[in-house]
Amino acid sequence: MKPFRRITSRVVPLDRANVDTDAIIPKQFLKSIRRSGFGPYLFDEWRYLDHGEPDMDCSHRPLNPDFVLNRPIYWRAQILLTRENFGCGSSREHAPWALEDYGFRVILAPSFADIFYNNCFKNGLLPIVLAAETVDRLFGECQPGTMMTVDLPSQTITTHFGECIAFAVDPSRKHRLVNGLDDIALTLQHAEAIKAYEARRAAETPWLFNAMN
Amino acid sequence: MTGRTLYDKLWDEHRVCSEPDGSSLIYIDRQLLHEVTSPQAFEGLRLAGRKPWRLSANLAVADHNVPTEGRERGIADPISRLQVETLDRNCQEFEITEFTMSDPRQGIVHVIGPEQGATLPGMTIVCGDSHTSTHGAFGALAFGIGTSEVEHVLATQCLVQRKAKNLLIRVEGKTRPGVSAKDIVLTIVGKIGTAGGTGYTIEFAGSTIRALSMEGRMTLCNMAIEAGARAGLVAVDETTIAYLEGRPFAPQGEDFEPAAQSWRNLHSDIDAVFDAVVELDAKDIKPQVTWGTSPEMTAPVDGFIPDPQLVQDAVKRESMVRALQYMDLSPGMAIVDVKIDKVFIGSCTNARIEDLRAAAEIVKGKQKAAGVKQVLVVPGSGWVKRQAEQEGLDIVFKDAGFEWRDPGCSMCLAMNADRLEPGERCASTSNRNFEGRQGYGGRTHLVSPAMAAAAAIHGHFVDVGALEPVSTPIEISQSAAVQPPSRVKTGQTHKRKKH
Repeated sequence: MKPFRRITSRVVPLDRANVDTDAIIPKQFLKSIRRSGFGPYLFDEWRYLDHGEPDMDCSHRPLNPDFVLNRPIYWRAQILLTRENFGCGSSREHAPWALEDYGFRVILAPSFADIFYNNCFKNGLLPIVLAAETVDRLFGECQPGTMMTVDLPSQTITTHFGECIAFAVDPSRKHRLVNGLDDIALTLQHAEAIKAYEARRAAETPWLFNAMN
Repeated sequence: MTGRTLYDKLWDEHRVCSEPDGSSLIYIDRQLLHEVTSPQAFEGLRLAGRKPWRLSANLAVADHNVPTEGRERGIADPISRLQVETLDRNCQEFEITEFTMSDPRQGIVHVIGPEQGATLPGMTIVCGDSHTSTHGAFGALAFGIGTSEVEHVLATQCLVQRKAKNLLIRVEGKTRPGVSAKDIVLTIVGKIGTAGGTGYTIEFAGSTIRALSMEGRMTLCNMAIEAGARAGLVAVDETTIAYLEGRPFAPQGEDFEPAAQSWRNLHSDIDAVFDAVVELDAKDIKPQVTWGTSPEMTAPVDGFIPDPQLVQDAVKRESMVRALQYMDLSPGMAIVDVKIDKVFIGSCTNARIEDLRAAAEIVKGKQKAAGVKQVLVVPGSGWVKRQAEQEGLDIVFKDAGFEWRDPGCSMCLAMNADRLEPGERCASTSNRNFEGRQGYGGRTHLVSPAMAAAAAIHGHFVDVGALEPVSTPIEISQSAAVQPPSRVKTGQTHKRKKH
């Protein structure tokens, strides 16, 4: 996982609530057995005027001129500003994979769906929860080309106008994200405790350990 | 010490250790795997040189991509085929039990888990699928995870979790005619919203819930995620225990009663404290029809398409305007005037035997409306299909002009060939009405199986509670209702011994 420290980028305003993971990456792209290559299909049904299919060359597809991501000024932007309950619906990790593959590293919203929020941290994406009023104000200030800096070690956002906004993040998630640590290796440090737990449970509730055949 | 909720108990039982920051390492008893969210997890194990921690915890099945007709010809779409073959290969390589596409037990992951007794009360259950909440109907802590966590559970049998808050949703009283578990849960999602349960585990309780069958409870918990809650729960009672007895992976013979005895403790204490409580009166719940592109956009069947201009909140108003535009509906239109093109009866929400019976009861002796292009009935598993055929339900559907298919996720998310064409309007028993969910440009109205069947017959939505009861009800043998089919000959199953 890519470590995350500090990002300075343009901010893409996606002014919609309840953006679901089906919208972030439609189901036909979930047929891939790879973890990468989803970026060109991010927001596929909103971004293009035709119907996308896996492995399609997107460079010749008709773009939806009304969709914010298609404005040239947002090319390679890394920060997405959006509304409440972002990432609701399906648990597909292809949604953060697509956002990350496209180039996003930060998502700002008043709230996120639980599974999506959790999946972001596994993929070097930082979802930041801000007060609804703050998000409203940021949408108001957001002009094409508006820049922002997000600094994870200090847990601060610095806006285009120099305002500094603090944000909260779970300390262990922050530690893992800043250092790009492997979650599985960290859990395996508790291997003895896991084995002891299993031994106790297998004695108390043996049916939980029946063979699956 | 104050009383604990069912969720508190399940959490405490599965805590391996706690971190100073308040997160806990939670042991996972069961992982269900399917072809869409597992390939990258197996690849991760392979790259890191890791092995599954405990093979007997895992059960795999292909469901999202599988065709629902002409299965003997294999999967036509090469990308779908590769994904299913990849699951087969991974299960062989890592020695995980899999129900392959030709196995008579194959079906939707959230149908086969309970049906086979792989889902048991008191378990923690995960799957790379948000509708894992379904299994909470058995008093199990069950929730959807992403692929990185699928890999994490394969490698460690644990997950790092923070405890959610407790939300009690209590429904009391007798339901009106025509009201099913689906209508109850759509009403709840409509009331608390798609983010109303975010950060909570929901326990469904009250006399209305107690009166539901296990199938109904599964429908209810299935859609907890549509209210934003990763997990839904119903306490164990004798209905739960009767359902499980004799299931292949449930404790057998003399081992059953000790397990059942411990399951009877799986309920919230009388003095348990919940962080939030929502109460509903069953008599206020009517058959529901969603009109928008979010499951919270729902109305009673005798209601009307709402007017966004009457909504104060600007963000919500804008969502409604966009939804009505996508759905091609106008404010003030009666729900019963909405005409449909297709009907889908299936999905992990509503493809169990009881759902098919409810649909068949409406359909018996009638014909699909002339204006309805296609009605798909897709049973949730091979076992559901076989039982329905034993009861003659397939004949009822076929005589009405419906299509009787093989089990899979099908048109719930249209990853296989079953889908809506742009602009088509569907009455669907599935769980999500998002834009494009059932096919690019398709329009979805979520309803119960009885409501979907009635819409197929009439060509538009009708209140099933107001329909005349059928003169000759379908005979249902009581033993067939609770007993699983006898053990069947298995197909190409990768059976492995205990790890």
